[in-house]
Amino acid sequence: MEATMTQPTTIPGLGRALKTEEMVISMGPQHPSTHGVLRLELVVDGEVVVDVIPHIGYLHRCFEKHCEHMTNYQQVIPYADRMDYVAAMSNEFGFVVACEKLLKIKVPERVEYIRVIMAEFSRIVSHLIAIGTYGMDIGAFTPFLYCMRDRERVLDIFEQTCGARLLYNYMWIGGLSHDVQPDFAAKVKDFCRYFRPQIKELNDLLSYNKIFIKRTANVGVLPADVALNYAVSGPVLRGSGVQWDLRKNDPYSVYDKLDFEIPVGKGLKGTVGDCWDRYMVRIHEMEQSVNIIEQAVERLPGGDVASAIPKRIRPDAGDVYVRTETPKGELGYYIISDGTATPFRVKVKSPCFVNLSALPAMCRGAMIADIVAVLGSIDIVLGEVDR
Amino acid sequence: MTAQEIFESLKGRFGDAILDAKVDAVPDPWVKIAPARLKEVCLFLRDDGEMLFDLLMCLSGVDYRGGKLGVVYHCDSTVKHHKIVLKTEVTDADPHVSSVESVWKTANWHEREAFDMYGIVFEGHPDLRRILMPDDWKGFPLRKDYQVPEFYNGMKVPY
Amino acid sequence: MGLLDQKFENSNIVITSMDNLLNWARLSSLWGMQFGLACCAIEMMATGASHYDLDRFGTFFRGTPRQSDVMIVAGTVTLKMASRIKVLYDQMSEPRYVISMGSCSNCGGPYWEHGYHVLKGVDRIIPVDVYVPGCPPRPEALMEGLLKLQEKIRTESLAKKKSA
Repeated sequence: MEATMTQPTTIPGLGRALKTEEMVISMGPQHPSTHGVLRLELVVDGEVVVDVIPHIGYLHRCFEKHCEHMTNYQQVIPYADRMDYVAAMSNEFGFVVACEKLLKIKVPERVEYIRVIMAEFSRIVSHLIAIGTYGMDIGAFTPFLYCMRDRERVLDIFEQTCGARLLYNYMWIGGLSHDVQPDFAAKVKDFCRYFRPQIKELNDLLSYNKIFIKRTANVGVLPADVALNYAVSGPVLRGSGVQWDLRKNDPYSVYDKLDFEIPVGKGLKGTVGDCWDRYMVRIHEMEQSVNIIEQAVERLPGGDVASAIPKRIRPDAGDVYVRTETPKGELGYYIISDGTATPFRVKVKSPCFVNLSALPAMCRGAMIADIVAVLGSIDIVLGEVDR
Repeated sequence: MTAQEIFESLKGRFGDAILDAKVDAVPDPWVKIAPARLKEVCLFLRDDGEMLFDLLMCLSGVDYRGGKLGVVYHCDSTVKHHKIVLKTEVTDADPHVSSVESVWKTANWHEREAFDMYGIVFEGHPDLRRILMPDDWKGFPLRKDYQVPEFYNGMKVPY
Repeated sequence: MGLLDQKFENSNIVITSMDNLLNWARLSSLWGMQFGLACCAIEMMATGASHYDLDRFGTFFRGTPRQSDVMIVAGTVTLKMASRIKVLYDQMSEPRYVISMGSCSNCGGPYWEHGYHVLKGVDRIIPVDVYVPGCPPRPEALMEGLLKLQEKIRTESLAKKKSA
């Protein structure tokens, strides 16, 4: 017989009402699907989730306190790397752009183009991990291996340039720590030629798979006005149909000279703003990143990458807020300087922190298995949520 | 609208709630607001047809030394393409600021973090408790005069 | 691996010591607990993926501590997380081993000086068998750490009880 979840019901023949009550389940902090150390307190009524309360702070590594003790602004950069450890170049990019605005430094063109290339590679790497682990959460293991294989090729390029695979300390205030190798352009063009068919392969494997669509379409819908009120950004905002990308709306570095499109969720398989839309925005963003990299490497000028690096960094007293478009969304650095060589206050507005705060709005009324799908589609990295 | 126009509009409407401004500050011009009147000013900024600040970019707590704490709000408009910075200051003897959670939902977690790190109490916040530190942590870590405890639950904290 | 597989030449009977047999069985299939905390977790995932395959060593990640032999603590241990790590370690059944991967779980890492919320080394709460240095360690370094753990297991003995 059918028993509805929320109303007490009478079982025929027994004459008694079947009473249900809500249960509180703790998902995490150690859980295969929570993308790190996140604790979700689920209030469930049977299989239907009534409320989700995220508990964070399990990876709080005191980034802002460390900044206030550094003797030089350049020393902050390795710590900035470790926030969003999946796309470390983007964090560095945001910080150095903010410091250069505070110090009023203009960097050479070569540095700008190399930074854009590295940031876009970082975007590809981050989206590959997001897509691979999302497939793994839904239950498909093979796309994860394909994504990690393609990611290794990008990490080879990173390692050749600056010596590290994951955490680089490459972008310095005023320039870069190393110039690129002589065969950099050839290797990059090689990768772009190799990667475009791989995106098609990923689409065949995962994106248009019937089971994947059934699990992600119409799940976790976030309407556009709610998204703006929660100030979400990145693929989560664009998946809800809002055409907002800082590379076009508030350009920095040389993005205004490059030609690319902003993919937006259209609700092709379900409703606008569901998990499938957010996932497809990431796939299309990878294609656009390859376009940007090809254009940037064509226009790469010559020059010295270390000529504008200041010997002493002592900005005037004042404050600045600069935001950049990382793979996760809008990363903002609010830096207050008191005129000394040590930063007075560095506040990081982390996109994953804000996107995660919108999770309860997306999850009410979903099933427990849908929570996993929604969490994977927001793509959080706990290092950035907790800083 | 330029920062000067925004400041004049706010001054004309709210008068004594607007304490100070520096509209020619480079790069970010700012306006200082009284802590108790913040919510009504922010409601006006969000809903008024000329302002339309629908995005709260960032909310930071600051310790200015000498017993002064502050909160800084960076607001943006996706429709009108202008930005403004709001600042407010309190003392650590009376750190009460009115909450803007009902204006921009995103302020919910940001204000919890400012409370956790600095001890600033936001009046009208539905659920003001620690977010990053454990619930039984003593003290407010990002204040300039913070002393790191020697032990926490039996574990030695310093190196 | 050259331990017992070379001895099956003439007959189906192998004579060896109980220690050798048990140690060989344990080290050839060390099932790890999926316990990535921070950046080192991404390198652990890369080590488990196809480029630097860990499955050829018999290591396969399990989601629950009840079914795993080795806990690879990959990433920074914070004070808020420390009690959970102790609970997870207690839930693993013996014989159990711990590999501390990366600077943060070895000694606090880059956060040693001003990290008020960072536990300076996971060995302050659980016993560690192998330390793998690096920030983050390369996949080859993690594999060497795993092989060192296998060497350590090879010298274990049933007669002498493992301490802690």
